[in-house]
Amino acid sequence: MLANIEAMMTLPSHKSLEEPSFLNHFSVHALPLEARWERLVIVISHVFKHTHLMTLFFWQKRVMRVEWVGQNVIRKDAWDKVTGRAKFAADTMTMDTLFAALVTSPYAHAKILQVDVSQAEAVPGVIKVVTGEDIDILVGEGIRDRPILAKDKVRYYGEPIAVVIADSPDTARLAAPFVKAAFLPLPVVNSPQEAIQAQAPLVHEHLDTYYTPKHLRPIPGTNIAHHVKIRKGEADKKLPSCPVIYESRVSFPPSDHCAMETRTATVEIRPDGTVCVESSSQVPFIIKSLFSELFDIPQDKIVVTTPLVGGGYGGKSAVQLEFIAYIASRAVGGQKVMLTNRREEDFVTSPVHIGLDATVTIGCDDTGRFIAMKISYLFDGGAYSDKAVDICRAAAIDCTGPYRVDHVFCDAYCLYTNHPYPTAFRGFGHPELTYAVERCIDGLAEKLAMDPTVLRKKNLIQPGDTTPTQSLLNKSRIGNLTACLEKVKALIRWDEGDRIETENHTIRAKGVSCFWKTSNIGPNVSSGALLVFNKDGTVHLDCGVVEIGTGSRSVLAQIAAERLGIDVKDIHVDMTIKTTTTPEHYKTVASRGLWMAGRAVLRAADDALSQLFQIASQVLRVSPDDLRAEGGFIFYKHEPRKRLSFRELAHGYRYPNGNTIGGQVIGRGSFVLPKLTFLDPDTGKGDPGPDWTVGAEAVEVEFNPKDDTYKILRAACVIDAGTIINPMYAEGQVRGGMHMGLSFASREGFVFTKDGIVMNNQFRTYKVLRYGENPEYLVDFVQTPSMETAYGLRGIGEHGVIGMPAALAASLSKASGVFINELPIIPELIWRLKRGR
Amino acid sequence: MAMEYYRPTTIKEALQLYQQLSYAGKNPAYMSGGTEIVTLSRFHLFQAASLIDLTHIPETRVHDVDGNHLVLGASLTLNEISEKNGFPLLAVTASRVADHTTRNHITLGGNISGKIIYKEAILPLLVSDSLLLIASFEGLKTVPIHAVFHKEPHLSPGEWVVQVLTEKNAVDRPFFSVKKRKIDVIDYPLLTLTAIKVDGKLRVAISGLCDFPFRSVAMEQVLNDPSRPVSARIIEALKVIPGDVRNDWIASAEYRRFVLQTTLEEMYAALGGM
Amino acid sequence: MLHVGSLEKVRLNINGHNRWVTIKASERLIDVLRNRLGYTGCKPGCLNGDCGACTVLVDGVPMKSCMMLAPQVVGKAITTIEGLEGTDVQKAFIEHNAFQCGYCTPGFIMNIEGLLAKHRHADEAIIEDWLQSNICRCTSYQEMKAAIQDVLHKRDQNHEELE
Repeated sequence: MLANIEAMMTLPSHKSLEEPSFLNHFSVHALPLEARWERLVIVISHVFKHTHLMTLFFWQKRVMRVEWVGQNVIRKDAWDKVTGRAKFAADTMTMDTLFAALVTSPYAHAKILQVDVSQAEAVPGVIKVVTGEDIDILVGEGIRDRPILAKDKVRYYGEPIAVVIADSPDTARLAAPFVKAAFLPLPVVNSPQEAIQAQAPLVHEHLDTYYTPKHLRPIPGTNIAHHVKIRKGEADKKLPSCPVIYESRVSFPPSDHCAMETRTATVEIRPDGTVCVESSSQVPFIIKSLFSELFDIPQDKIVVTTPLVGGGYGGKSAVQLEFIAYIASRAVGGQKVMLTNRREEDFVTSPVHIGLDATVTIGCDDTGRFIAMKISYLFDGGAYSDKAVDICRAAAIDCTGPYRVDHVFCDAYCLYTNHPYPTAFRGFGHPELTYAVERCIDGLAEKLAMDPTVLRKKNLIQPGDTTPTQSLLNKSRIGNLTACLEKVKALIRWDEGDRIETENHTIRAKGVSCFWKTSNIGPNVSSGALLVFNKDGTVHLDCGVVEIGTGSRSVLAQIAAERLGIDVKDIHVDMTIKTTTTPEHYKTVASRGLWMAGRAVLRAADDALSQLFQIASQVLRVSPDDLRAEGGFIFYKHEPRKRLSFRELAHGYRYPNGNTIGGQVIGRGSFVLPKLTFLDPDTGKGDPGPDWTVGAEAVEVEFNPKDDTYKILRAACVIDAGTIINPMYAEGQVRGGMHMGLSFASREGFVFTKDGIVMNNQFRTYKVLRYGENPEYLVDFVQTPSMETAYGLRGIGEHGVIGMPAALAASLSKASGVFINELPIIPELIWRLKRGR
Repeated sequence: MAMEYYRPTTIKEALQLYQQLSYAGKNPAYMSGGTEIVTLSRFHLFQAASLIDLTHIPETRVHDVDGNHLVLGASLTLNEISEKNGFPLLAVTASRVADHTTRNHITLGGNISGKIIYKEAILPLLVSDSLLLIASFEGLKTVPIHAVFHKEPHLSPGEWVVQVLTEKNAVDRPFFSVKKRKIDVIDYPLLTLTAIKVDGKLRVAISGLCDFPFRSVAMEQVLNDPSRPVSARIIEALKVIPGDVRNDWIASAEYRRFVLQTTLEEMYAALGGM
Repeated sequence: MLHVGSLEKVRLNINGHNRWVTIKASERLIDVLRNRLGYTGCKPGCLNGDCGACTVLVDGVPMKSCMMLAPQVVGKAITTIEGLEGTDVQKAFIEHNAFQCGYCTPGFIMNIEGLLAKHRHADEAIIEDWLQSNICRCTSYQEMKAAIQDVLHKRDQNHEELE
């Protein structure tokens, strides 16, 4: 049996090889109660047919056991979160903590003439003020182009130029305005379109001097931080000769994640050189490796702690405040320094959601079959390239959307501008590319006078097709998008009509969007898990997935419970990550939490079981492969009354005379995504991710043509989610994503002055959806199991967001009669477009 | 910054405190709900060494009919005014300011006396010709709102609004009140417009359109001009807006004028065009 | 007349307990609750009165603790999320997946506690009006709506049973 463990993991769904086949009927996932009883009767009748009475009692017990995969198990952090006991990074203040406050730039682009800290340092309670002059390294995840505190010049509004360290948060805040800086304003690069012009001012004059990893291609003397080329087939030849050609352009400004918890980092440098970081981060392990590389500290001397995180959505996958807090702590002899963003800083000083200017051209035959696509993505990479270069690559990889296109020509540019710099945002380049492509498809459908769902269905990518990077797809890698589209049409009642004039002189209209997304997290990233047994047979699960709200750490306990055959209540999950003891999970991003850590947990469970079997086989004097685990016991398969409890084995088995064999059972597992490759720099050819999660979304609006206001009535999403481990939380993730997508599309986005100043850096002025402004959300799933994951699950954390902007724009374009290609879609935008302005 | 807090319980005590603290160089300021003080303090835009909290003075908590007038204490919160609904136009207009929880903080007196440019709660008072009871060093005085309020309240140092008095027959008139926002349900207004009809004539007050709330005689004359059709009156009204229409990143002036136009159409539809 | 000096010890009634605490008169309630008394359940989401994450009850009424100065609540009864012990609302939030990251949750729950205490049979318009004071960035609000409906429904059932 042990030899089979690896093989079992690649099975599409939960089937234990040694189970009698009739147990396949016993899959009660999300069934109504009556249906479960039906299944139970089937199982019991099989029991009578296939087993003798001696084992009937055992099988009945087995039937009553809860299967943890597919159950709405309540998350482990639930009670802490509804009682205010849940601790986030800024909730723990110790007496020895000093507090830091940022001084930020009032200009988007300016030469720093002078920073005078004397007045600020004279404020009672201020310990020290640190400026960019005190630091001589540059940082960045890819290209190292960013000073920790601005030096020589500022490149975006809100950029930190100094940090004040004081004995209380109030004092630090009070003193910050007393740091007096003098600037000489410079011409501002205020959009990616401006950035790419030949005569554009340069955001970085010395691009050639920065440390740059091999796979990135900044072009010195320009604002181009990175350029990704996708060349598949012969798009430049085929496109001009296509019978039907449609081109459209979209653009939208940078926006924000708006996690309700603002970012916090606390750093202390111990006398022995150990650096302790506590951070509200999605990437504690990246903090560790970046600190090690940039400050030349051995990894064992870095302790990063991450408690519960109050929302991430990608925004907390950037490392920024941690560096500043480290510099601050270093400046005060290593004392503990806590730096917490004010909301205003969290909006613009810390990284944002990327903006885009894109042009898409589709060529098709007379029946609407796509032949070629030409795509230009100009990403607003902001002042520093950090993750923007990777977002640019991710968008290029999936540039066509989930459609079969044999000839693809895509240029994706990541451009430096004088805007706040971006980092990952839920969907990582995909809500952005999807808006560009889906708007073009809608325009094409109108030109062809075709139903937009019919045009899409005709072109949906299928197993056997290849992606823009020429990855060959199979059913496991791509799932079933056709089924998703059909299902979403039914949910939104597409066939009743996509534009209906009501008796109240309003218009109800619908729009649809398809999407796909693979992960782009690099070919060598790892995820690990530990299952540490207590003496009573209960288990402590640890892994590096940060609890940012998704419930992943709790759902991983379901996976462990399923594999170990114990009650999920008997698995304890600590919510705090400490990089010295917690196994690494690269980053809690890209919907890879359950995907990767799920496999790691399975391996850890199998490792633990093999240890239990090893001890039990000696006690029971049978071979380990004649044992099975069930309900917290190890059974001799052929004589189930011979059994040992986990409690008897967890810390070694003690014979009556005191002899003991074995020791504490500690299961360990780790997992790396297999078979990924780098992309060819000239064609983009390569395997960027293991699989694509696909889905279809639709929106219905009610539009008032008199004043161009609208209400979002319903929004639907169908995702091929593979096997669903926890239906309630899966639906919650999807609804939350849809909601974020609609909020972004309808009202979010930074407003810049001509000087690049952000006008809306508070919730007073930067608006997000409030209770009751949301439509009714309809969520359903197609379940094509993945062949590679724990029990066939797929990543779904991000995907709800992806198609919403496009679907909303489609519905409002349909309703208003104007082609909407900007975001956010506020009534004044429609009003302006209707008047041709 | 050292700051002290005082909570007087009589009008006289509050006035005396103000005087004493002024003489003592303790730069006093009155406070009511406190939201504006807290918000401005965050950006070092509010300077006062001592705060005098007026909300525990019984006269400021009154919600009562006194003879011919409905009397509303200045410390009533906007939610209290909405819930008691003694003045339906004010109740509705107040119920759209900020958000519900914040309306547990914001008081009637605070909203109309603050630095905020919208002051939406004043619109019903402007169209209803309300009176203000003002505490001053000379004693209490009752003055017409129009005598004190022009673009903003003009009170002498140390003076503060104790109560708002509105004629009983004025509070029950048919009214129209609407708030138009950029898109969100919780936001400052592109414009808030309140209107009532008195003796067949419309009275209209508007906030958000200009940098100040107003009730304009010229605009009301145009809107009530029986010689023109409604559509022409609206076009004329747009020409006599008593200030620059705000033109900013929230909305263009042109769009705000469009919103005013559609809102006036809705107003006529609701109150009748004569 | 009450006077609170620039730094003074005052008595606050929090969750039914009298707590003596030294405050600055210029200090916001949220800072006193979190930094001086350890009630970290009220969250500094914006400190500008916009997000509702710091909502507490003052004499039973939901208030934003970032929009009040601490002296304003002297003599009043404050309830924080730490003062709730397994209420129907808390249970319903768990059962209906009405939170994810949990950061806005205390503020929403305190607002809902205030709402349901005042309106035994709150209709959807009232619920919307009240809950629009808070921001949640993880959920879709549909889950919260279900949680509140569930509490109201169970309350009605209990009421009928009593009759």
